[in-house]
Amino acid sequence: MMVAQTQRPDRAASTPQLVVKDLRKQFDLTRSVAGRLLGHQQYLKAIDGLDIEIARGTTFSLVGESGCGKSTVARCIVGIYKPTSGQVLFDGVDIAQMRGRKVMLPVRRRMQMIFQDPYASLNPRWRVSQIIAEPIRTHGLLPDRQAVQKRVDELLVQVGLAPGDGRKYPHEFSGGQRQRISIARALASSPDLIVCDEPTSALDVSVQAQILNLLRDLQEELGLTYLLISHNLAVVAHMSTRLGVMYLGRLVETGDSQLLFGQPLHPYTRMLLSAVPDVGGAAVKRVAIAGDVPNPISPPSGCSFHPRCPFVQDKCRMVPPVPSMVQGRLVACHVLAEHGELPA
Amino acid sequence: MSILRRFANSDLGYSFLHSRVVVAAAIVVAVVVVAAVGADALAPHNPFDLASLELFDALTPPAWEAGGQWIYPLGTDDQGRDVLSAIMYGTRVSLMVGFASVALSMAIGIPLGMISGYFGGMLDSVIMRFAEIQLTFPAILIALLIDGIVRTALPRDIHSDIAVFVLIAAIGFSNWVQYARTVRGMTLVERSKEYVQAAQVTGVHPLLIMLRHILPNVASPVLVIATIGLALAIVTEATLSFLGVGVPPTQPSLGTLIRIGNDFLFSGEWWIATFPSVTLVALVISVNLLGDWLRDVLNPRLN
Repeated sequence: MMVAQTQRPDRAASTPQLVVKDLRKQFDLTRSVAGRLLGHQQYLKAIDGLDIEIARGTTFSLVGESGCGKSTVARCIVGIYKPTSGQVLFDGVDIAQMRGRKVMLPVRRRMQMIFQDPYASLNPRWRVSQIIAEPIRTHGLLPDRQAVQKRVDELLVQVGLAPGDGRKYPHEFSGGQRQRISIARALASSPDLIVCDEPTSALDVSVQAQILNLLRDLQEELGLTYLLISHNLAVVAHMSTRLGVMYLGRLVETGDSQLLFGQPLHPYTRMLLSAVPDVGGAAVKRVAIAGDVPNPISPPSGCSFHPRCPFVQDKCRMVPPVPSMVQGRLVACHVLAEHGELPA
Repeated sequence: MSILRRFANSDLGYSFLHSRVVVAAAIVVAVVVVAAVGADALAPHNPFDLASLELFDALTPPAWEAGGQWIYPLGTDDQGRDVLSAIMYGTRVSLMVGFASVALSMAIGIPLGMISGYFGGMLDSVIMRFAEIQLTFPAILIALLIDGIVRTALPRDIHSDIAVFVLIAAIGFSNWVQYARTVRGMTLVERSKEYVQAAQVTGVHPLLIMLRHILPNVASPVLVIATIGLALAIVTEATLSFLGVGVPPTQPSLGTLIRIGNDFLFSGEWWIATFPSVTLVALVISVNLLGDWLRDVLNPRLN
């Protein structure tokens, strides 16, 4: 209604909303100029070759422990970070190498982000209606002040707040209500893709469910595509169509969410799933998570998971595994690739 | 009235009214500012109107001393000028130079600090190295340098016309570093917050992000430095005028008055130097006290 769809329908139907190809992001940690000149450079490989494909109207979830590079992926996709290499195809157009604000602007309208911290993600000195109107104003979507105000009121109602709340300041709201304001801002420019970076991890458990239900209702209503970043597997199970498990900047297992939750294959996925606490359910055979995440500045050789893996073989210590199709999902594991299952 | 009542009910008003020192300082500043701004209407004499000067009344002591007259409450100088009136007009010059130079420092320092903090990288390094070099020169030395260059470059009569502006520029240019450093630090903090990233994701122009998002959030510490900077600027102006490179004697500031009075200090006419000095000290201390109080009140970590 507000903005004409620029994509031709045939293309829009066939191409996935978002395709990430061999995405890499390194952070230069070299402290001194001298070190730089002498070539003693230190890099942190936050993302080390990542492939994701997200179909329209679905939710792809990215899970993993803290520091595995989940948030870096989100920030590379929305353009807060510039990827070191690789492609980010949004509707088939590579946006990773786009330069200049003007060129990016049409894409920015169609891609929004919801942040983790509902206290830091809203400017404390702005009124809520100003915050929500910012994307509309930036992209010049509506002609006059009344139209913007009307749209802001609509958005407030859509996320479960009252139109009068627009006159208040963010500090007058609770964490859950602030996250609703964030969602309203993300919806303001009628985007196709919303990247949700830990949208509920700063909220109370009871409020988490409300926010997740809201996100799901909005997805059905508006046909939104989500990339959901989370370390909380309960959240992910509730929301996702497909699931990617990340470890030290790489995907170790990618596939249908139901399939992965029902029958995890990769040893790391198994560890993560056994760590989900459940109350009063049937006793599950748990696999303890051993060891810590290695230092990403000097990751282990071969398969980066091998120091923690109970099924480690000689090959795992030398050669990094390539993802291969095992039992309907992509898994990066030598043992699984050779035997099709893990030794009992 | 309702604004006053709202102020009294706010946290700021509460802390203000419950500190006697701060209330006293505010009263001193208010009296001095009103006397200076309203000098034309309030001063008993016009010390710059040569026709009204009575040379017979030169070097009259303050009214309460032997030989004093109540028409010259604080006595007169060697030209027969009323000391009280001269102080009122002089304070006006001092305050004007102070405010204008603080405004200039802010106009240079805030944008540079914000650009430095927001964009980082090479631009940040260049601006901050430049600021550090600037910091190694004392403010008075820079002021003397600027004054010296302008003095040699321009004819004498033009110079006395623009002397005040030279002084403002000299003090303003030597104090911008403080603003730039503070704003840069605050910008670094704000830039990494998610509301700035949200604006970036939306595609808001970097200049608008700095102006509309970051500036309002770095404003309160800047206000505090500006208050303390005002006191500093007034003292610098007085120092320069005392040294004879400040405002011209036809338009004396507090510093000029003190310098003139200094010549009479040892011949018994103590009032010519003392009263401008007392005014200067009272003004600067009060402004500093207000600045310290603002810093404490606006710092959320101390509340």
